[in-house]
Amino acid sequence: MPLANSTVTHIQELAARYPSKQSAIIPALWAVQHEQGYVTDAAMGEIAQHLGLPPSLIEATASFYSMFLTRPEGRHDMVICVNAPCMLRGADEMAGYLKRQLGVRDGQTTADGAITWHSTIECLGACGGAPMMQVDHRFEENLTPERIDAIIERLRKEPAAHGAPQHPLPEPAPAKKPARPRARKTEN
Amino acid sequence: MGVKPLLTKDFATENLEQLAVYERTGGYTGFKKALETQPDALVELVKASGLRGRGGAGFPTGNKWSFLPKGMYPRYLVCNADESEPGCFKDRYLIEESPHQVLEGILIASYAIGCNLAFIYIRGEYLPQTEALERAIEEARQAGYLGKNVLGKGYDIDVILHRGAGAYICGEETAMLTSLEGYRGEPRLKPPFPAVKGLYGKPTVVNNVETVCNLPHIVLNGADWFKAMGTPTGAGTRLWCMSGHVNRPGNYEMENGTPIRELIEEHGGGVWKNRKLKAFQPGGASMMVLLPQHLDVGLDFDAIAKAGSLAGAGAMVVMDETTCMVDAARRYVKFFEHESCGKCTPCREGTFWMANLFDRFEGGDAKPGDIDLLLDIGYNIDGRSFCPLGDASTWFPRSVIKFFRDEFQEHISEKGCPFKKSVQEAVA
Repeated sequence: MPLANSTVTHIQELAARYPSKQSAIIPALWAVQHEQGYVTDAAMGEIAQHLGLPPSLIEATASFYSMFLTRPEGRHDMVICVNAPCMLRGADEMAGYLKRQLGVRDGQTTADGAITWHSTIECLGACGGAPMMQVDHRFEENLTPERIDAIIERLRKEPAAHGAPQHPLPEPAPAKKPARPRARKTEN
Repeated sequence: MGVKPLLTKDFATENLEQLAVYERTGGYTGFKKALETQPDALVELVKASGLRGRGGAGFPTGNKWSFLPKGMYPRYLVCNADESEPGCFKDRYLIEESPHQVLEGILIASYAIGCNLAFIYIRGEYLPQTEALERAIEEARQAGYLGKNVLGKGYDIDVILHRGAGAYICGEETAMLTSLEGYRGEPRLKPPFPAVKGLYGKPTVVNNVETVCNLPHIVLNGADWFKAMGTPTGAGTRLWCMSGHVNRPGNYEMENGTPIRELIEEHGGGVWKNRKLKAFQPGGASMMVLLPQHLDVGLDFDAIAKAGSLAGAGAMVVMDETTCMVDAARRYVKFFEHESCGKCTPCREGTFWMANLFDRFEGGDAKPGDIDLLLDIGYNIDGRSFCPLGDASTWFPRSVIKFFRDEFQEHISEKGCPFKKSVQEAVA
């Protein structure tokens, strides 16, 4: 999938902005991931071409950083911090609960394509709101099982946060017959 | 002593992230005043104020600036917003609440050191914070605070916001510069220090977010005003990020030298669930554990160092009596194992083996010699790693073995974690 024209223009602007065009590699990778949802070898080849650098250099840099994804994922992604400050406030239990609710293992996506559970993760800088998780790069703090349920519920209906959804939204459920109003017993 | 809002004094103001509101609270008057001053005089002012770097090492900021070799240009300023130390969330708070204060500090520092292109290296996970800074930079550009011929004073400055992509090591200044140049974020040998050969081989200053946030206030109010706060060797205030087993976790700006007891008991509301304090850890994941007997130590670089730990990046992780210290240390060791960049053997292999040993303790497979084996590995990492992050991976576990050796023994004799049950009860 070739990069969109707007992404290419953005990469060229980046290259002109920095004193060295190599500095534009990480911002260019971000631009690609934002457009396509993940970074393919072909996309790295394109970045190399636009920056005038060997493709090996792009991959050497990309592979060092944990936030660049190399395969398609669900519309949303989730991670939970279990580093010590979060562990002290029950992050292990929240991670266990979340995994059970999603019914997936590390790195897997739910069957409806809505949510990818990456793994537990190291500190994200929200220790004051522990236990916490990150959903599509936004923080959800002070987790409880009820909050986790509400977040999952919401995400199953929401479109992807990044540019290109890899999994379509679920078909809207067939309209239910309007329920007949039930006579309610009134207590006096 | 006590809570002293200096950087955070206007944080209750609504919409402070907007330029017009920030200006109403006195924003950018520090930068305007700085532009009326000679750059050298600003360096002397910051030296005289006694401001020490808030990123962790506590190096005097003015001295760092004065190490730049005379007459060598271009020079660069890199603001370190790659806050990744477990337990720390102050830079995130400062950026979220008042991105213009960060920017104003960067502009003052840039002008003082004679730099025309500054960078903010922000951690990849901080997306809303990146967006907040992006908006602030754009607003400031529109208002003429950055760009060519700033406020008609003939000074050019541009700021590039550079987003990292998930690597703890990039908070180390040389690794940050390597990453900013577009390479894998591996640290470089010092010397040459960044002041001499930094970004693109040019003289470079790396300053933390909280450090630069102090600058507008120092410029406006003077060195003596700043020095009057805090301790003789630790002027000013610091943001303390309190987390763990306290009733009110969060950020607290405290005057340096305030007793730790006041922070935890008064402002944090004490240990949660009416439990007893077992231990606490200032500074962040790297730093050594302290005990209730250290509660009267002051919140200050030198006082905490004297007590046997380090103030580091201003975290305060509180642990109650139900905490398994072995498990706490295991989390930190696993963090370092995960984040080791792999450049040097002591850190890459050492953190891997430490993590394996800690898993043995928690899993009930530890043997009697394993405590000393852990200490031996720690000894062989500390001082033998390429950068300080390897060394720091050993400080917390070794301090835990020093103070809580009996808990390690119990893990061996009971073939597993004696706390597991009570910890689960604690969070149920």
